[in-house]
Amino acid sequence: MRKWTRDGEVVVGRFDRQEAAVVRGLVSQIQDMLLARADEAPQDELSELTGIRTGPSTAPDDPILGRLLPDFHRLDPDAPDPGDLDSAAALRSLHEPELLDLKTGTAGVVLDTCPPEGGEVRLLPEQAEAWLASINDVRLALGTALDVNEDMPDELPPDDPRSPHLGVYHWLTWVQETLIEAVMS
Amino acid sequence: MEVRAEDRPWQAVVWNDPVNLMSYVTYVFQKLFGYSRDKATKLMLDVHHKGRAIVSSGTKDKVEADVAKLHAAGLWATMQRAS
Repeated sequence: MRKWTRDGEVVVGRFDRQEAAVVRGLVSQIQDMLLARADEAPQDELSELTGIRTGPSTAPDDPILGRLLPDFHRLDPDAPDPGDLDSAAALRSLHEPELLDLKTGTAGVVLDTCPPEGGEVRLLPEQAEAWLASINDVRLALGTALDVNEDMPDELPPDDPRSPHLGVYHWLTWVQETLIEAVMS
Repeated sequence: MEVRAEDRPWQAVVWNDPVNLMSYVTYVFQKLFGYSRDKATKLMLDVHHKGRAIVSSGTKDKVEADVAKLHAAGLWATMQRAS
């Protein structure tokens, strides 16, 4: 991988086979998690009739999904305000189906534009925007799983089981950072 | 005169988190709200240093839509009534 560059309105990157496999593998995993969550949505005759979809009213138990699909209100984990709790439940069921569509959609753009065997990736502005959102989702997921914090070192001790994954996280940070630079230049 | 709760505007709040990049947060504020580079950078720095920033305000419907867009971009955003 070298830094993303601009060619007119197109942003150009290049991934070798292994890098492309990492990107595609992680993006697919996130997409699968989000699709599984979408399958849990309540089905009822009214929503089939009206076409208005309703999502679940409670936040996911899984911390990764919880980070990707946040509540609409800041809720105190121990003593949430009852009014905010009701409102957050209603807003989640209203908005979550679309949010899942958007996130699985941006993941789909990455999978459609990143060749499995590696090589050049050429992105139109809307595709670059989708890549930024999707790579960010992968970083949020990895960051949650690895318990990344502000003081995270660049490398963990070699015997830390998170060590190899942290390398992937930092590489994706670089991929995202240079993509933003190219998009905004 | 006291302002009734239902008359107070809604606010979209973005919270600091250790994953979202400063450059990405700035990019998202510019892209979603059409803010200038300077305004977006100032809000991003508020999030980073103060832990949170109010990034938009208005009617409930508007702020709800703003928070939905921020969630799509992966930012940790919530909505609240102005105090």
